[in-house]
Amino acid sequence: MKLSDVRSALCATLITEGDDLDREVSSACGSDMMSDVLAYVKDQAVLLTGLVNPQVIRTAEMIDMVCVIFVRGKAPTAEMIELARECGIVLMRTDLRMYEACGVLYSAGLRPNK
Amino acid sequence: MSEPYRMNFTVDGENFTSAGDASGRVKKALRQLGFSPEIIRRVSIAMYEGEINMVIHAGGGRAEVSVFDDYIEIVLEDDGPGIADIELAMQEGFSTAPEQVRAIGFGAGMGLPNMKRYTDEMTIDTEVMKGTRITMRVKTV
Repeated sequence: MKLSDVRSALCATLITEGDDLDREVSSACGSDMMSDVLAYVKDQAVLLTGLVNPQVIRTAEMIDMVCVIFVRGKAPTAEMIELARECGIVLMRTDLRMYEACGVLYSAGLRPNK
Repeated sequence: MSEPYRMNFTVDGENFTSAGDASGRVKKALRQLGFSPEIIRRVSIAMYEGEINMVIHAGGGRAEVSVFDDYIEIVLEDDGPGIADIELAMQEGFSTAPEQVRAIGFGAGMGLPNMKRYTDEMTIDTEVMKGTRITMRVKTV
């Protein structure tokens, strides 16, 4: 699905305005533990997290994530937004909680990568 | 063998925000050198976890990345407290990181295991109260 579909499924707000939402993504993962993300991730394109600090963006950068979505209405800092822009990572936020956000995307076809 | 391409970094132990900066630079450099995304990802994750470890446990340190003909070598060196029990430290889930580190998404006891997971070779030279030197290699051919 396209990032624009992800955004509408989660009623999410695009934080990095101007980013291209036509990019296709096929898998996602959700976690607040960055080391777990680094341990088990393989080609996931979207990270859902409730954690807000620059290491979230760094983690996404290391594993070539396309998009980070902050759940529970969390907002990244200006520093994180700048870092994301440098790395070409799209940022969104949704008011949904982690469990629901993951469920919505799973139902819409975004799966964990085996 | 031709002279390896080397990159040197100082990892600032006072600033958790900048942890990962060196790994990000290495990632960009390896991309420019034309390595595959898989190799780049393995090197960057291993180095990133190492950087985080140095910031959490050792008050920072030094990193050197060398690109040889058939492998990439990452050497991380610090003057921190050393690792008292390497076998224990290598167990997934074991961590001595303080609670505030967990609050930022690390300290889950996955750092060293992840470094080993993503590299082909890893050696740890450590002395309590002196410091730690970790050498990792990722084969590129």
